[in-house]
Amino acid sequence: MAAPIGRIVLPGDTFSFEQLQPPDEHKKILLGPGLREEKAEIKVLRPGILRFRKPAVYWIDCHHKRYIPAKGDSVIGIVNQKVGDIFRVDIGSSEQASLSYLSFEGSTKRNRPDVKVGDIVYSKLLVANKDMEPEIVCIDSYGRSSGMGVIRNGGFLFHTSLNLARKLLNPQCTLLKCLGNRFQFEISVGVNGRVWVKAGNDVQTIALVNSVIVSEFKDNDQIKEMCKRISKAVVRMEID
Amino acid sequence: MRETPLSNCEREFILNFIAQQKRLDGRNAYDYRDLRIAFGVSLGCCHVELGKTRVLAQVSCEVGEPKQTRPHDGVLYVNVELSPMACPSFEQGRQSEEGIELSRLMERCLKESRCLDMESLCIVSGEKAWHVRVDIHVLNHEGNILDCASIAAISALAHFRRPDVSVHGEEITIHTLEDRNPVPLSLHHMPLLVSFAFFSQGKFMLVDPSSKEEKVMEGKMVVGMNKHRELCTLQVTGQMLLLKEQVLRCSSIALTKVTKITELIHEALDKDKQARLKGEKHGFAMLVSGDRVTANRLPTTEVKVDTLEISDEMERSQSSSEDGESQSGNEPMEEQIVATPKESAVEILTKGVGVIGEGGTSTWLDIPQADSKQTAAKKRKHKLEKMEEGIDDEGSSEEEEKVILK
Repeated sequence: MAAPIGRIVLPGDTFSFEQLQPPDEHKKILLGPGLREEKAEIKVLRPGILRFRKPAVYWIDCHHKRYIPAKGDSVIGIVNQKVGDIFRVDIGSSEQASLSYLSFEGSTKRNRPDVKVGDIVYSKLLVANKDMEPEIVCIDSYGRSSGMGVIRNGGFLFHTSLNLARKLLNPQCTLLKCLGNRFQFEISVGVNGRVWVKAGNDVQTIALVNSVIVSEFKDNDQIKEMCKRISKAVVRMEID
Repeated sequence: MRETPLSNCEREFILNFIAQQKRLDGRNAYDYRDLRIAFGVSLGCCHVELGKTRVLAQVSCEVGEPKQTRPHDGVLYVNVELSPMACPSFEQGRQSEEGIELSRLMERCLKESRCLDMESLCIVSGEKAWHVRVDIHVLNHEGNILDCASIAAISALAHFRRPDVSVHGEEITIHTLEDRNPVPLSLHHMPLLVSFAFFSQGKFMLVDPSSKEEKVMEGKMVVGMNKHRELCTLQVTGQMLLLKEQVLRCSSIALTKVTKITELIHEALDKDKQARLKGEKHGFAMLVSGDRVTANRLPTTEVKVDTLEISDEMERSQSSSEDGESQSGNEPMEEQIVATPKESAVEILTKGVGVIGEGGTSTWLDIPQADSKQTAAKKRKHKLEKMEEGIDDEGSSEEEEKVILK
């Protein structure tokens, strides 16, 4: 029996290696979040949908709210504390991440970046493992910011579930396309479920925030319908 | 677990928005969020939802010694539990400052307003009295736990029934619930707490602050009141000065809110009582929300089955028979996904066995030959519809048989 790809699996379900892969192909199987190898078997650890991607990547898509750091993730953090030459940043994980003041574009020992407590930063995870404090940076390996850094000039930050954040990050995301046709806005989404939005005015921003939150339980047709309704409502509110 | 800090951009945005006299969730300044009051199956169990804030209150009682200073009175305990389930920043076991403030305010609201008749809780003066205990569990924290908890506590007290007690000389009998009907506590009035959040040195005022507004606010005023305009509690916290006019305005707003909420509580209590009397469903079942992440996952599959049109008359008798006979058998999985037009679909499996609507298989009694079906159909009719209808439709019932026998 082949593995039930695209169907719901529950913690405690087990698969043999043969189930995940037909015997004639000998590729390495890659197990993503929610799956673990245990005694020559593969165990399911999270309730959700079993996903597969070629050549042999398996993972489980489940509803999550708590972020678990992973190396290379782009996250939005809130600066919580300044300690010596590092900032402590809350990225929604169990431990706070550290951010060195040297890991901003153009910063040197003399030239410190202008970061205050309470600022939000868009950054990438450099170190993420279970024994160490996560470390984030706001530069790429060439020393350029490439879009990362402190997010300034207003806007609004809110939290969503992790699936929704991933859904927004999908290039084919219907919601953002629909909203983009009707509003002008900036958005940045961290895989830790934090989303920052800024639109022309506050009413529009709130409308966008609400439409993103509500879209979690809607399908694409409903999302299109909702976008239509929201843009009408916003126009009406702006006239008032 | 550490609390998520509030970022500067959120703070500025919220303050800006409030200065424009708007709120994040689209409410007006003096609006409460949606309030839902539900009672559990056990007496004295009340669940209140205020927006997404959820509180569960449970009242219990036991017989014990009254306090020495008040030998003719019962005892009322109020306990507020803030578990990490409500908000990860709440710690298990240790009472936080916020928790202490909350339970003290609840105590003041319930005890010092003397809403509960303590003397009626006395069994034998100086020896035996009822100890009534209100346990308040916060299930989810989305702001304004206090108002939610006070509504839950007072509704639970109004809903609670204690066992009846009879005293004959030295002998005290506590009657079981089967033995004698339990008696309600005597509540004189219903004190409720209404919180007001203040911003920009008391320039802006909001009723029922959400958790984000609570993080941004400068000060808070809590007004405890009942619907008879009696002030029970008043507390001001935060660094701000309030004008006399503002306090008066708050109290008048509190009055309208309290009257409305009291009405809602009575309505919910009545509804629960009616449901209990009639033996209908009651309890928390209605609270389950239908949000499903997987809602769009499995598309319905169309399966072709033998269907035939039936007349309206037929459908009526069949749909009514559905809840009677058809639920007995359990269908295999494939059967349930079948997407046949709901209004008039009968699937014939074998002779004398059919599936009607979305229920399970229904089998007619095994009475031999032609007459049998007619009598079976009649039987059903007599059972489920009124007698006179059954006789009137004599002619049309023959029409039914034709359809079934096909």
